[in-house]
Amino acid sequence: MAASQDRAPIPGTVLFDGDQAQKGYALNKMCFSFNSADNRAAFQRDEEAYMQQYGLSAAQADAIRSRQVLQLIAAGGNAYYLAKFAGIFGLDMQDVGAQQTGLSKEEFKARLVAAGQ
Amino acid sequence: MAHIVGCIGTSHIPAIGSAMHKKLEDTPYWKPFFDGYPPVRNWLQQVQPDVAVVFYNDHGLNFFLDKMPTFAVGAASSYSNADEGWGIPTLPPLRGQTDLSWHLIEQLIDQEFDIVSCQEMLVDHACTLPLKLLWPEGPCPVTIVPICINTVQFPLPKASRVYALGKAVGQAIASWNSDKKVAVIASGGLSHQLDGERAGHINKAFDLQFMESLLNNPEWATQFSIHDLVEKTGTQGVELLMWLAMRATLSAGAGAGVHKVHSNYHIPISNTATGLLALASVA
Repeated sequence: MAASQDRAPIPGTVLFDGDQAQKGYALNKMCFSFNSADNRAAFQRDEEAYMQQYGLSAAQADAIRSRQVLQLIAAGGNAYYLAKFAGIFGLDMQDVGAQQTGLSKEEFKARLVAAGQ
Repeated sequence: MAHIVGCIGTSHIPAIGSAMHKKLEDTPYWKPFFDGYPPVRNWLQQVQPDVAVVFYNDHGLNFFLDKMPTFAVGAASSYSNADEGWGIPTLPPLRGQTDLSWHLIEQLIDQEFDIVSCQEMLVDHACTLPLKLLWPEGPCPVTIVPICINTVQFPLPKASRVYALGKAVGQAIASWNSDKKVAVIASGGLSHQLDGERAGHINKAFDLQFMESLLNNPEWATQFSIHDLVEKTGTQGVELLMWLAMRATLSAGAGAGVHKVHSNYHIPISNTATGLLALASVA
């Protein structure tokens, strides 16, 4: 167990520690490749072939197909790389935040505004 | 010897780049954010730095998990921005200050900070956007030395270690045999969390206390573990480490002090509590 897990967990938060980094390596490597427009296009042409090329696990491939960020995090995904995956679909961070919290985008934005009051 | 004119901490949300590109600065959503910058730009016009040392965190443009340095110092003559995957405009290359890079690398290693040196280094929005915010017109007038601090993969460096790094960088700048004027920039934060059921976490009270601490009690945040900082400020709020390093550069030497040029704090831009703080060094 990584040292980061010795402490009480932070609710709703996964620390991207050594365990996550090992588990998520293939998934994150694929998302890192999406820095390139050619790679984004290749993924969109044939998602299954592209995932196979990066050796994603079954759980990771399911998470990619689902487009569900919480599922991607559970499969070892890191926020900084997953953002590049979300970008392919034109999703911004408020879309991603709304999806993870089960709120509508407007509700999620209202919560952020309230945090500033 | 070189002289540090002061330091500037700022947030670096990618959407800022798109907003500037589309000239949205005066729209209701963006105005409370962009209104923070003119007083800092005016101050920079007065003090005219030649070089900027930029503490920032890479977001998966230059570094991947195959090789993840805790501290990396740029030593390139030019730093290119590149496609980060979500369509923000790519900014022109920035000019490096290689003699300062190598002076920093030598001094830091001598002070037992075993940093990674990078003669090629792509710089992402976290490095480019602060410079564009501070000098929006024309080519960037300063040369840069980027210093990247890992906030991607845990374990992250402790706040106290980051502070010590910043102090060593400040000492190294002060011993650089040059008549150039140096500004130190921190890019990151403040509180925000992009991932998990806690996405959208913001902690205004902590942010404001942190910004206040940088004036006269700059080591305040070093009392917290990384776990504490993530709990209080979010998985990406921990980018406040950049601000700690920045402020520590002005902590070296007897009588080192600062006065506040300007600050701004606004919630939210994207999912982030945005901060801006400019401090001038007091000789």
